[in-house]
Amino acid sequence: MAKLVIMGGGVAGHTTATFAKKWLGNGHEVVVVTPNSQWNWIPSNIWVGVGQMEKSEVTFPLAPVYEKAGIVYKQALATTIHPEGREGDDTPFIVIKSTEEGANGETEELTYDYLVNATGPKLNFDATPGLGNGQGQMGDKTVSVCTAEHAVHANEELTKVFEKAKAGERQKILVGTGHGTCTCQGAAFEYIFNIEHEAKKAGVRDMLDIKWISNEAFLGDFGMGGLHMKVGGYTVSSKIFAESLYAERDVEWIIGAHTSKVEEGKIEYELLDGTMHEEEFDFAMLIPPFSGVGFKAYAKDGADITDKLFMPNGFMIVDAKYDAGAYENWKASDWPETYQNPSFGNIFAAGIAFAPPHLISKPMTSPNGTAINPTPPRTGMPAGIIGKAVAHSVCDMIKKGDDVELHKASMAEMGAACVASAGKGVLNGTAAAMTVYPVVPDFEKYPGTGRDTKYTFGEIGLAGHWIKHILHHMFIWKAKLKPGWTLIPE
Amino acid sequence: MVKEELNFAKSDDFNLTMLPGKFAKAMRTCKIWQLFRFMVINVKMLIVVSKSH
Ligand SMILES: Cc1cc2nc3c(=O)[nH]c(=O)nc-3n(C[C@H](O)[C@H](O)[C@H](O)COP(=O)(O)OP(=O)(O)OC[C@H]3O[C@@H](n4cnc5c(N)ncnc54)[C@H](O)[C@@H]3O)c2cc1C
Repeated sequence: MAKLVIMGGGVAGHTTATFAKKWLGNGHEVVVVTPNSQWNWIPSNIWVGVGQMEKSEVTFPLAPVYEKAGIVYKQALATTIHPEGREGDDTPFIVIKSTEEGANGETEELTYDYLVNATGPKLNFDATPGLGNGQGQMGDKTVSVCTAEHAVHANEELTKVFEKAKAGERQKILVGTGHGTCTCQGAAFEYIFNIEHEAKKAGVRDMLDIKWISNEAFLGDFGMGGLHMKVGGYTVSSKIFAESLYAERDVEWIIGAHTSKVEEGKIEYELLDGTMHEEEFDFAMLIPPFSGVGFKAYAKDGADITDKLFMPNGFMIVDAKYDAGAYENWKASDWPETYQNPSFGNIFAAGIAFAPPHLISKPMTSPNGTAINPTPPRTGMPAGIIGKAVAHSVCDMIKKGDDVELHKASMAEMGAACVASAGKGVLNGTAAAMTVYPVVPDFEKYPGTGRDTKYTFGEIGLAGHWIKHILHHMFIWKAKLKPGWTLIPE
Repeated sequence: MVKEELNFAKSDDFNLTMLPGKFAKAMRTCKIWQLFRFMVINVKMLIVVSKSH
């Protein structure tokens, strides 16, 4: 009987665990270690952040789902990895620390035959002075929508701003990225247009100055170096698409910006030309930069071997080409395919937890040496597809032996669909629906844009909005393992 | 006065982009057109999904 341990029960980890259990059956053990008792469909946090959904609509308790599936569930944080076991016992293990009420802080050693790291990002608020509280959590000057709890808090603060606006006090809203190396611009993009939509509905739009700030070199970069799409017989850059959307909704933008400091009601930022500026706000939602969660790994003799498993940014080393060098040398084939750690063949990463070989956007640095460029996004669809491919590989290894051919899921051969929806009503919302194929541009296969423009497109309208609604219900249905869940694609 | 064009004057950035006119805006919420687009986008997304697995 083999034992698969999955660290992290988010989009990637949940997909790996549920498919692995389905394919392995009761003959093998699947264990999930994840700290939250509630599963969160993160994309819908945006609607929680503008008061259009309750937290309970985007979360559900994990324990009953895992019980039904026969998955062992440990409500805990994984802390260290011991891939060689210990002196006198080669069985690899991890150490976990309980987050369960009543057992909080208790540690346990958990052995494994196969290990999947799907721990997503650490929300690194403290990378920007004032954005964090100095203890690894969000500070009290800005808000975030990265977790359901953050989104509830964001809505409370937004409500206060709307009330002041209603009372005749002009309010400044700032939304975007809180550091020069952030990713996840898409989430902030969706949030700003939801705020704009709700402000109109509440009759306070005229009292709000809404501004975007981001580390993208151009609007519409989205951490993917932008994309090109067919519109009205032309093939146009997402820069034009995004700028048009912002101008239409009267949302000004600051781009190429590294937020270097957050103070009460004010940020300091550096632009790509090296100049320093300030921007005031009454309400700011700034996405923090992401890093790996910060595991330590130890050899049998207790020596620190963290660098065999993780890059300095905390993300896990997999089968990527990490020495591709300068931008000019980057290729689609630099991107990982199997997500297997090269030092330990029984360890994989899935979702945001794997270390990308390099950026997708063009690297940019200010004359002061500050890196101001988005890091690569790894959105829900790639996270799910990678999670499933990893589950497939591990199941094959368990059933057929470790030298089987592994399943592949390169982001250079995978698309992503993204729907940024404003409003929640079925007839009065609009959405920008976008697909990109592939996520990582392949200029050898698709010279010119790097992507297949037949399947890379964007358009605004009710249709995208309906799709967003359907996706919300479909993915929660799937995550709850309700009938037909395997038919719903990642 | 063309209402849809007013934002061009609000900033230099806005001035250099494109803005949708009345027709483009109306099509975004025209239920029949959007039902058609719903089907087209779904098919395209399904192709992207199937090419990605
Ligand atoms: C506001 C917002 C909106 C978004 N909207 C979209 C969208 O519309 N479309 C889209 O495709 N993507 C969207 N994304 C991105 C999407 O949510 C992520 O791509 C996806 O969640 C990544 O999956 P993951 O499993 O890698 O990480 P996560 O889903 O973050 O899961 C990581 C899990 O690991 C757990 N964990 C952390 N540390 C440990 C530890 N030490 N031990 C054990 N477990 C641990 C965490 O608690 C969490 O459960 C959005 C993201 C945000 C923040």
